[in-house]
Amino acid sequence: MTGYSGPIPTAIGAVLLSVLALLMLVEGRTGFAPFGIGLLAVLAILMLIAGRVQRPGRGGVLPPVLLGLALLVLWEVGTRAYEVPAVILPPVSAIAVRFASSLDILWQDFVQTFVKGALSGYIIGCGAGFLTALASDRSPFLQRGLLPVGNFLAAMPIIGTAPILVMWFGFDWQSKAAVVAVMCFFPMLVNTVQGLKATDSMQRDLMRTYAASYGQTLVKLRLPAAAPFVFNGLKICTTLALIGAIVAEFFGSPIRGMGFRISTEVGRLALDMVWAEIVVAALAGSAFYGVVTLLERAATFWHPSQRRG
Amino acid sequence: MRGGLAILVVLAGFWLLWMAAVPPMNMKWEVSQAQRAGAEVVLPEGNIRDASALWLTLRNPGLIPGTYVQEKPRLPAPAQVFAELWDTTVGKRLSSKRSLVYHAWITLEATLLGFALGTGLGILLAVGIVHNRVMDASFMPWAIASQTIPILAIAPMIIVVMNSVGITGLVPKAIISAYLSFFPVVVGMVKGLRSPGLMQLDLLKTYSASGWQTFWKLRLPAALPYLFPSLKVGIAASLVGAIVGELPTGAVAGLGARLLAGSYYGQTVQIWSALFGAAIVAAALVGIIGIAQNMTLRRMGFGR
Repeated sequence: MTGYSGPIPTAIGAVLLSVLALLMLVEGRTGFAPFGIGLLAVLAILMLIAGRVQRPGRGGVLPPVLLGLALLVLWEVGTRAYEVPAVILPPVSAIAVRFASSLDILWQDFVQTFVKGALSGYIIGCGAGFLTALASDRSPFLQRGLLPVGNFLAAMPIIGTAPILVMWFGFDWQSKAAVVAVMCFFPMLVNTVQGLKATDSMQRDLMRTYAASYGQTLVKLRLPAAAPFVFNGLKICTTLALIGAIVAEFFGSPIRGMGFRISTEVGRLALDMVWAEIVVAALAGSAFYGVVTLLERAATFWHPSQRRG
Repeated sequence: MRGGLAILVVLAGFWLLWMAAVPPMNMKWEVSQAQRAGAEVVLPEGNIRDASALWLTLRNPGLIPGTYVQEKPRLPAPAQVFAELWDTTVGKRLSSKRSLVYHAWITLEATLLGFALGTGLGILLAVGIVHNRVMDASFMPWAIASQTIPILAIAPMIIVVMNSVGITGLVPKAIISAYLSFFPVVVGMVKGLRSPGLMQLDLLKTYSASGWQTFWKLRLPAALPYLFPSLKVGIAASLVGAIVGELPTGAVAGLGARLLAGSYYGQTVQIWSALFGAAIVAAALVGIIGIAQNMTLRRMGFGR
């Protein structure tokens, strides 16, 4: 890239431009003047990313972080410069203020929806799916039927069972856990069944020549070989768990919970609270996914997809 | 052929489980009705609410047939659900508000529009990611992160906000569908567009093919086998998005509205038939993509 003079001046420029745009907004000037300066700041950030990816390798974590930063600057400056009504899109700073000032409500909702509903349902659903796959393992006939039926059911809009399960298990977190468990069951079952088939006949023959029993073959060969598939299922289910718990609350819930809060605050047009709740959901979802990914890295360090460098 | 038999056995297993679950699930209501009518019923000591449903069922076998034909059962019998399905699809005019076909069509419209939007966007993004280093390094982590956010939680907000700027009906639902379906397409297409080996790329270089020609004649055809499985996942996700998109506004039409109305009024048979309707639509959509996949890949020489 010609004319590119190193990352530090560009970074300083980006910070200065952002500060300038915000200062103008605080002064009360709106319209294109602050927005244009904000755009220049975003451009500087994009140049930083471009400079970063010129080097060999993919640039690590910096480019995505910078892109997120650029979007936040654009959001904040854009909503304030053009005075977008808060009922359509509140500025980032308003969301941050609301987030900080209602930590207790957010925590209570998080516990109700994520810890009680999503997490317990996730454990029950994934556990049941895994155990069912193991149980069907002795019968190849059963598996031949279970795999297509499970695949079919995994693609179904299982979320539709939410009203039924809310009717059966009541409004509190038990019904949310039930929805999550049903949603997690089939992806987990299908992935585990596929994983248990992942060994080839050469490896199984080797275990036979060692006179290994069924249990030994399972524990020492087939379960480790199935681990990448099992973790794939676990990862798919992290997203499903949060979705299931939140959507189930639309069908009835006690007066706390993330889904309840979102649907009531939308009704009151308090969008900053809704966004704060979404931030919680995003953080919880990403952290959940991240933890499962770390567990996967620890458990399947030998697999080619985990190799680095 | 043995695969077909195995599937039938598994389905029969589900069916039996369902049939067996009906009496205990519905027994309490049946017993209290019979008691009110003055019939002989076996009751445990104390309150009927504390009695175990299984105990009641085993002690009152005469009441079991009644549990299969209740009007508002906790768990409807299979026959009731399929009778309702038949009645609301074949038994009603297609334009009638009580026809399930009418509601399914409303949801299907949003699903298809959202799927088209999501697929188009996903393919464009994938092309950008494969051809542009800045996008590759900075965008992909956000695409992954975007999926760990339960977008369905944001659905009510999208719908209400778009309502307040005057956009209602099909488009907000389609946007939710599009958001859910774009991610599988991006992942599949990026993988597919990167699938040509160094050897193949080098060959095109020796032909002095331009970047554009490489894209049209090598990368895009090579990506198709990866694209179709993603499309299958994507269209199923689109349908879920459209159904959930109907929930928060208290929509009056669509499969999601049927679910919601059913849950408000305790019409369990209606909920179950809407659920099966949704499953049938999903299966049909995935099936259509499967047929398109077979035809396309066979013509391209991938078929076996």
